[in-house]
Amino acid sequence: MELRKRSRQQAEIPTSSMADIAFLLIVFFLVSTIFSNEMGLQIILPEHGEVVHIKKSNIAHIYVNEQGAVKIDGEPTPLDMIPDKAKTMLANNDSLVFSIKTNPDAEYQYMVRVFDRLKKGGADRISFAPKSLPSK
Amino acid sequence: MRFAKKKEDAASIPTASMADIAFLLILFFMVTTVFRAETGIPVKLPTAEMGRKLPNKGIVHIYASNSGNISINDNNYQANQVSLIMSKQMQLDPNTIVSLRIDRFAKYDIVGDIFDQLSEAKALRVSLATEKMRS
Repeated sequence: MELRKRSRQQAEIPTSSMADIAFLLIVFFLVSTIFSNEMGLQIILPEHGEVVHIKKSNIAHIYVNEQGAVKIDGEPTPLDMIPDKAKTMLANNDSLVFSIKTNPDAEYQYMVRVFDRLKKGGADRISFAPKSLPSK
Repeated sequence: MRFAKKKEDAASIPTASMADIAFLLILFFMVTTVFRAETGIPVKLPTAEMGRKLPNKGIVHIYASNSGNISINDNNYQANQVSLIMSKQMQLDPNTIVSLRIDRFAKYDIVGDIFDQLSEAKALRVSLATEKMRS
């Protein structure tokens, strides 16, 4: 008796659906990806107890009151004028330090606004006056 | 004279490398994905034009709501505890950047307290988190 020769089946991994699986994963990661788009204004705080003496003529006092009104060296300044004013002040004295003093009852955003405008005007040295000091 | 009929090639898009391309894209998105682990407290950030992008790593977020609640790593703290928590953190990683996510309507009083606490904890690299101003 003659047996039929068995034809050997070719082993194969189906690859046609691989792309589908891959694309499924892509869509998942696409949807769940949050590109870190955190923005922030960088500052360096002084160390605790560190006292830096600055010549009086090199300090520009900025006062922000609880309504958000700004005074630079006693002179009321609208927000939009701050960058230009900072620029001219820095042009006159390039070692100028801006000291922002904010009323404790003022909203945080008022201080940030002023800080932002100063940076826009090219000011690098900005300090926050400690609130323990009495305001003028 | 008779010319041999030209055989027309069947048009086909090669699909064999499709999976490779797809996996390349997967890898890219896998590597760039950062799952946000921290929920914090909901705050409305102030707007600013000069905000700069922060690096992805080495950042500790401090959330402060306008009522003075402070949250670090999803734990609530009092204002006077910030210095203790942060000095521990600074021992772990002295290059930590602190991102202050403070509500725009918070009183400056709260902000000043946090500044004091941070400088006491020697956490001096600080970023005031802002939103991009829509112009």
